[in-house]
Amino acid sequence: MKSQSNNGLIVDSVSFSYGRKEALKDVSFTVEPGQFCALLGPNGAGKSTLFALLTRLITTRQGRIEVAGHNLLKSPRKALASMGVVFQQPTLDLDLTVAQNLRYFAALHGLAGRDAATRIDAALDRLAMRDRASEKVRALNGGHRRRTEIARTLLHDPKVLLLDEPTVGLDAATRQSITAHVHEITAENHLTTLWATHLTDEVGPTDRLVILHQGRIRADGIAADITGPTPLADRFLTLTEAA
Amino acid sequence: MIASLIAIIAREALRFVHQRERFLAALVRPLVWLLVFAAGFRAALGLSIIPPYQTYITYETYIVPGLCGMILLFNGMQSSLSLVYDREMGSMRLLLTSPQPRWWLLFSKLIGSTAISILQVYAFLAIAALFGITLPAWGYVTVLPALLVAGLMLGALGLLLSSFIKQLENFAGVMNFVIFPMFFLSSALYPLWKMAESSELLHDICAANPFTHAVELIRFALYVDLNLPALGWTMLATALFTAAALWGYDPARGTMRRKT
Repeated sequence: MKSQSNNGLIVDSVSFSYGRKEALKDVSFTVEPGQFCALLGPNGAGKSTLFALLTRLITTRQGRIEVAGHNLLKSPRKALASMGVVFQQPTLDLDLTVAQNLRYFAALHGLAGRDAATRIDAALDRLAMRDRASEKVRALNGGHRRRTEIARTLLHDPKVLLLDEPTVGLDAATRQSITAHVHEITAENHLTTLWATHLTDEVGPTDRLVILHQGRIRADGIAADITGPTPLADRFLTLTEAA
Repeated sequence: MIASLIAIIAREALRFVHQRERFLAALVRPLVWLLVFAAGFRAALGLSIIPPYQTYITYETYIVPGLCGMILLFNGMQSSLSLVYDREMGSMRLLLTSPQPRWWLLFSKLIGSTAISILQVYAFLAIAALFGITLPAWGYVTVLPALLVAGLMLGALGLLLSSFIKQLENFAGVMNFVIFPMFFLSSALYPLWKMAESSELLHDICAANPFTHAVELIRFALYVDLNLPALGWTMLATALFTAAALWGYDPARGTMRRKT
């Protein structure tokens, strides 16, 4: 079963350490196409390390990562081309307009000219950001900046979306609207979405849920099945307290 | 791949246009040296006729190539600073996760920042000309490839440093330990034979400094002349710095592999 391949995301027995400190220990899970998977873990659980590995900012020889059927170690460029990433840190140029930022990204993915323009308009429409295309990012609020980044990840039609704590620093209403948007996009485009968070209220009962703590997977399944009758917040505390 | 090169250069250019203070600062620095420092020193330093000069020259004329090098040096370090900043802000991640070979992305970045530096050098040469420090007309053309090679070398050094500097705060150290020694221990402000008169050791250090060769390459090119050893040393240094920077940015070992 471990050697199976799908068009979603496969993380198979991945370990990683910073010097002597083990950040990830034998982490395995798969996310199917069309599935929204929340990666829940407290600060320091290893979420950011896992994202750095998934996006190939760092690599490890221990374990295997497959993105949309492409092995990240063997065909990194194909894997990177089929993923869309929203990083925890802001990655927009504040002095450039929304459209300029998107055009830059499109070009990095080899899209230019008319094709890029059409895709940019469509992605901005999708996130209800079209009328702000010519505004400078500096003038946008945090929620709109995030939406711009999400619109940007859709430009090259990725099959897998990776979002690393995308709602950090946003108010409750904005968080909810962004979470809802990404759920819709996942379902409509049949994407594989991995959404890292430390906030239990961002996980719906029907979401796929992977709980990471101290570099190990503590739970993996449909959220409602993991929690049972207890609220997720309590279940999460129990799982991450026991160490 | 070409689309990404153009986009990366365009981004550098747009950022540059938005930072007019940076442009002014980059111009004011060499101009202060040229119009204040050199004016004060012209009496103190006598210069003999050395290649590529065919006649006696004023001290102001002597330091123009060094100041061109200074612009490239400061810009190279500035781009390294912005790379460290980009890494902290995440835009470096955006760049490195695009599906292009990593060396190509870093190379594009290098070309972009070098192009901006060269524009600044030409702005400086234009102002210097307004103050009466002129060069052979063809020199303004033949210096272009020299500026490109020297700019790439210093940009590659910046790239290398950025892969090893852990935080933005450490940048002051770069100033003290890289920019100043490189600039003062070179032929930018005084010819090497002058240095040898006071200390053989200092002369040897200056002669080994790649920045000296970059400056000499520019100096000769400004007078429509080619300094082959300087070109060789500058290209060698470029290759070494680039290789080390690529090593630093390699996802399997480099410095991205650090707990952030």
